[in-house]
Amino acid sequence: MSQRQVLQVFEQYQKARTQFVQMVAELATRPQNIETLQNAGVMSLLRPLLLDVVPTIQQTAALALGRLANYNDDLAEAVVKGDILPQLVYSLAEQNRFYKKAAAFVLRAVGKHSPQLAQAIVDCGALDTLVICLEDFDPGVKEAAAWALGYIARHNAELSQAVVDAGAVPLLVLCIQEPEIALKRIAASALSDIAKHSPELAQTVVDAGAVAHLAQMILNPDAKLKHQVLSALSQVAKHSVDLAEMVVEAEIFPVVLTCLKDKDEYVKKNACTLIREIAKHTPELSQLVVNAGGAAAVIDCIGSCKGNTRLPGIMMLGYVAAHSENLAMAVIISKGVPQLSVCLSEEPEDHIKAAAAWALGQIGRHTPEHARAVAVTNTLPVLLSLYMSTESSEDLQVKSKKAIKNILQKCTYLPALEPFLYDAPPNILKHVVGQFSKVLPHDSKARRLFVTSGGLKKVQEIKAEPGSLLQDYINSINNCYPEEIVRYYSPGYSDTLLQRVDSYQPLIN
Amino acid sequence: MSSSGIYQVAYYTMMMNLYNAMAVRIQRRWRGYRVRKYLFNYYYLKEYLRVVSETNDAIRCRRKKIASHGNQRKALEEFAEMKEREEKKANLEREEKKRDYQARKMHYLLSTKQIPGIYNSPFRKEPDPWELQLQKAKPLTHQRPKVKQKYSTSLTDWLACTSARSFPRSEILPPINRKKCQGPFRDITEVLEQRYKPLEPTLRVAEPIDELKLAREDLRRKEWLRNVNDNMFLPFSSYHKNEKYIPSMHLSSKYSPISHKEQFRSEDPKKWICDKDFQTVLPSFELFSKYGKLYSKAGQIV
Repeated sequence: MSQRQVLQVFEQYQKARTQFVQMVAELATRPQNIETLQNAGVMSLLRPLLLDVVPTIQQTAALALGRLANYNDDLAEAVVKGDILPQLVYSLAEQNRFYKKAAAFVLRAVGKHSPQLAQAIVDCGALDTLVICLEDFDPGVKEAAAWALGYIARHNAELSQAVVDAGAVPLLVLCIQEPEIALKRIAASALSDIAKHSPELAQTVVDAGAVAHLAQMILNPDAKLKHQVLSALSQVAKHSVDLAEMVVEAEIFPVVLTCLKDKDEYVKKNACTLIREIAKHTPELSQLVVNAGGAAAVIDCIGSCKGNTRLPGIMMLGYVAAHSENLAMAVIISKGVPQLSVCLSEEPEDHIKAAAAWALGQIGRHTPEHARAVAVTNTLPVLLSLYMSTESSEDLQVKSKKAIKNILQKCTYLPALEPFLYDAPPNILKHVVGQFSKVLPHDSKARRLFVTSGGLKKVQEIKAEPGSLLQDYINSINNCYPEEIVRYYSPGYSDTLLQRVDSYQPLIN
Repeated sequence: MSSSGIYQVAYYTMMMNLYNAMAVRIQRRWRGYRVRKYLFNYYYLKEYLRVVSETNDAIRCRRKKIASHGNQRKALEEFAEMKEREEKKANLEREEKKRDYQARKMHYLLSTKQIPGIYNSPFRKEPDPWELQLQKAKPLTHQRPKVKQKYSTSLTDWLACTSARSFPRSEILPPINRKKCQGPFRDITEVLEQRYKPLEPTLRVAEPIDELKLAREDLRRKEWLRNVNDNMFLPFSSYHKNEKYIPSMHLSSKYSPISHKEQFRSEDPKKWICDKDFQTVLPSFELFSKYGKLYSKAGQIV
């Protein structure tokens, strides 16, 4: 056989291999093929192709593996069990950028499914090579490596710590400053995943100087980037007061408030989350947010969203109002209460209603002025119905009961309290009657209104145990009125009158 | 006689009423000040809420404008513009203040009826703008010495500061060959020694009055820190069982021995003006505290 014929055999084999690998890679893009591929044993066939002499075949084999592993965790586990990872990691260090991208894609696809798989990746020493990839010139390689690191760090604190120990954070901060938008997005998302687990990790991210760069990127027009940046800042700020202060010192206010009316829902939600995480720590931070006009901005944002996007905004108002009565008054004058009562009545989901109920309770609990501002908007009957309805979840019931109690204890606005006399269960009725007994002795117009609206009649019909607190309240209300009126409204008065008629001896003249 | 007594009583009542009314006025002012400064300032709260609602309106206006433009870059530009405007305003205000201060300092350069000032030269068509500024300025008075608030110091602070370090030191040292002032003056070193003698408090003053009580509290606190278990160690195992004690006949009858307190001292709680008891403090011997510490040489006994 001539040399040419021998070489032709090899060429044919190479062509076959290339074709096979390309077809598999293409088939793996469609989910319906993957089951068939798996049953046909594609893993064991692809594995030796990773070590192929021809670089193109290696890259395409890696790409195919990545797509397969991306699909579900069984395949990812098969990748791990097939000892493919050490080979990938070894070749990652020396190959060209296409291979690096593909290999990083495989690592990402394997690492995203569960902490155990991510731990397997860490165990085979992939982190160091991925960090080396972060220093590469090609932005595509950096992006793939950053993405893989982000997915690994997402699962739990130990894996995040492993990523940090490999020295990824300073390089990620450098990646954020690169001009490519996709790279910035991925790097911001990776930093957010690292910082979310514990204060120490967040501190590491802050120490690498990430906050200043992230804060500058808030005004970038790209919506996905803003979404990741805001998420990263809120993960940093949520852990402690010092971290929140550091985020605030990066001068995000009032720029963040412009993000609150962005068209994208996720950007709005993340901006509300960031403001909530900052405002929840101390009264001073809440005051800073309110001084910058954050309360009005968040209220408008709540008005323009629906559903779960509203939740962080509602919680933020609750936290701000909970700190002090001045802040609660600031929320009230920013017209927060009507918005919250709209949320309470409109939203179908229980947890959002519970958050709105909690926030209203925090606003109304400070002084009679605050309780009046809440009661005027007619939210108390809504809260009562939520508390009494059997469909509400337990959390919603507990929160609405607490909110009602908090507001009732300070409420002196009697027109709002009157409906409660008719509907309320006994434990709430006690508080309502108590409030009446506090207000009525001092206000004559209110007394008259109480009689004419039928409140006195209702109070007489309440059965209370003698000596209980409720009886004391009823007695103090009765003491505000002359005896004849009290007797007139007491139940069974018409019977006693009729009895008197029966027993009356007419005067026969 | 009785009539003048009546007049005296009436006069006395009238004066007391006047004093009470005046005292009410003074107290009203003082209470208002105290509440506003230390507890709660209603006007500050109202002002704060007004400013917050103004900021809210500004943000809402800006948002409406930006939403209508629909461009994010506009937001950036507007933000930058706003910052610039604020900075410029602050700069202008600073300049204005500086000019005002300078005008006040130079106010004597204003021209009088007889002599035109340097800014109002007769060869100019119109006076320099500084002239107008000087006319508007009020003359600068001497700065009144700021009243430093004196905080009450405890004895230990004073003890610390009468050490050698607290000798008054001026920036320049006194000249070496200071000529003795002419006259019947004492030696300067003696005078300084006497003037800055360190404090030697008497025994009565050196220790606090309730030192024993404080020491007991201190001991109790240290024990609480140290002890692992806070429950008191009970003397015997069935201590917690409160069985009713059946007293002996001697103790349960009415005719029990009277306590010494009742025997020697009758107390009437209704007559007490405050509910704290007297503190047991030993009086000091004044004589001994003066021992060897008189200023004049004549009284030098030692």
